[in-house]
Amino acid sequence: MIAPYFVIIPLLAAFLVPFASNRRDTGAVLLSLAAGTSLLVLSAYAFFGLSGETQVYRMSAWKLPIGINLVLDAFSSFMLVMVSLIALTSLVYSVKYVRRLDRDWRYYSLFMILVAGMNGVIVTGDLFNLFVFMEIALFAALVLVAYGGQAHEFEASFKYAVMASVSASLILLAIAVVYGATSTLGLATISQALSRQSPLLMLWVGGLFLAGFGLKTAAMPFHAWLPDAHSSAPSPISAMLSGVLIKTLGVYVLIRLFYNVLGAPRLFLHLFLGLGSVSILVGVLLAVGQWDIKRLLAYHSISQVGYILLAMGLDTTLGMAGAVYHMINHAVFKSLLFYNAGALETALGTRDLREMGNVSKLLPVTSATSMIASLSISGIPPFNGFFSKLMIIVAAVQAGHPLLALVAVVGSLLTLASFMKVQRYGLRGGPPVEKTVGRVDGWMKTAMVILAALCLITSLLVVPGIREATLDPVVKVIMDKTQYATTVLGK
Amino acid sequence: MTLYVLCFALFLVGLYGLLTKRDLVKIILSSGIMGYACNLMIVLFGYRHGGAYPILEKGKEAAAMVDPLPQALVLTSIVIELGATALLAALAIRLFQKYRTYDITKIRRLSG
Repeated sequence: MIAPYFVIIPLLAAFLVPFASNRRDTGAVLLSLAAGTSLLVLSAYAFFGLSGETQVYRMSAWKLPIGINLVLDAFSSFMLVMVSLIALTSLVYSVKYVRRLDRDWRYYSLFMILVAGMNGVIVTGDLFNLFVFMEIALFAALVLVAYGGQAHEFEASFKYAVMASVSASLILLAIAVVYGATSTLGLATISQALSRQSPLLMLWVGGLFLAGFGLKTAAMPFHAWLPDAHSSAPSPISAMLSGVLIKTLGVYVLIRLFYNVLGAPRLFLHLFLGLGSVSILVGVLLAVGQWDIKRLLAYHSISQVGYILLAMGLDTTLGMAGAVYHMINHAVFKSLLFYNAGALETALGTRDLREMGNVSKLLPVTSATSMIASLSISGIPPFNGFFSKLMIIVAAVQAGHPLLALVAVVGSLLTLASFMKVQRYGLRGGPPVEKTVGRVDGWMKTAMVILAALCLITSLLVVPGIREATLDPVVKVIMDKTQYATTVLGK
Repeated sequence: MTLYVLCFALFLVGLYGLLTKRDLVKIILSSGIMGYACNLMIVLFGYRHGGAYPILEKGKEAAAMVDPLPQALVLTSIVIELGATALLAALAIRLFQKYRTYDITKIRRLSG
């Protein structure tokens, strides 16, 4: 019964951080690193210890129609591993990075609240509880976006906050409709009650959920807030937002709701296909034209989430495996790219690619790891991005959508083009840079090297023996669809 | 039915304000109106015409009571909205300090 600890540990750490640090942030750093490590160990233990089982924890021992339960199955523990991994590297990266912003322990406290909110969204089995945890994560994210205290950061945070309040209202409306129709809030009981209701209700509920959580996912028509928020935040926070926040609050919840609760209605799967392919193309086309390195990366997040949505809409086992696999791959390489961008910004004092030059001599670790990340995101063979994109493309062809497969291939080529631009202008081309304004310290290098290694290690997940142990149980939970309800209620 | 329609109209008023107003304070107010509409909707879904207060006493039946759970949910969501409004207001104050204006069209360091 370890499900509640995924919320307890970060929340407790957030509370204890102010006490552990008075004037210096050493206590805060140590405490949050300890919390991050224990979360990673716990989630890895949960993922490999479950072996396809589902654990249900009843809060205060209330049974389901009345109480709130926490559900830990293969899919949620997979997401927990992803969040803990990126959170830990992000904390390692932050140690020196946030000190130049001249603030103290508040950063770590907020960071832990962000992690608590995301973990809560992942483990909860109750719709309203999910909403509350989502708001917790969002508030922390909003404050962290504005953490640097500059004008454009407040502006981005305000835009993000307005978007978040619109999507919160839509989600609340959806919860009201669901509760009005089914008189229950547990995901499992909703799933059983909705299957007896009219299909028209499914349209209402699905439409409101798609609009609400689609805003969080930042798929193409809902994307306007993302490039500002993700590029204005401090780099470790950008990595958290692009790497895991849009996936936990957006993609994870969409998969959970539309597959496990609503039973994958056809209309919405087609909408996923449409949203996904539009996001892939338009996201990457907007990215190619950017000169600010972090804005470029933020637009790529839209495009890469498009791949996940596209694979989600295919409704095949291989497609879903591709979606889940691409989720963790994107978390790894996009976080690494944001760390690289942060390192470049620290060293050169600019985010404009035109003002950068050849830094391969000056910053060997940054330029090497950014090469690995760029190759991963563009889908070049030995790295992880290639395998997940290949899975998605093959699944699209098998499902009878060759046109969408073509969209995915074209998107991948354009991604390669835009990262050649990053490498050419930002890191390798042009005159060598003589001196730096800041130093890329050991903590930042450690975080970058860990994630660069993970870019290679996660490509092992397709190896047959390893795939059965990692990806397949996750895909099974999703593709069992409304079996979820009987599994949760059966205990 | 009229009540639901009016409630939805209130929601649309909030959305309209959010999309068209240029003043930061009016945007914050519009987002509040949207939230109120949602809260009202949740309470309405739990309402039964002519229902009694939801306290179980001797000689009273549960079937004739209004549903108390939506009211509890609304309390939670009001608290969340309070937090959201406070955060938005704090951001608006900071934006005013930086730009000396509440006009969103003049606050344009970021594009798109």
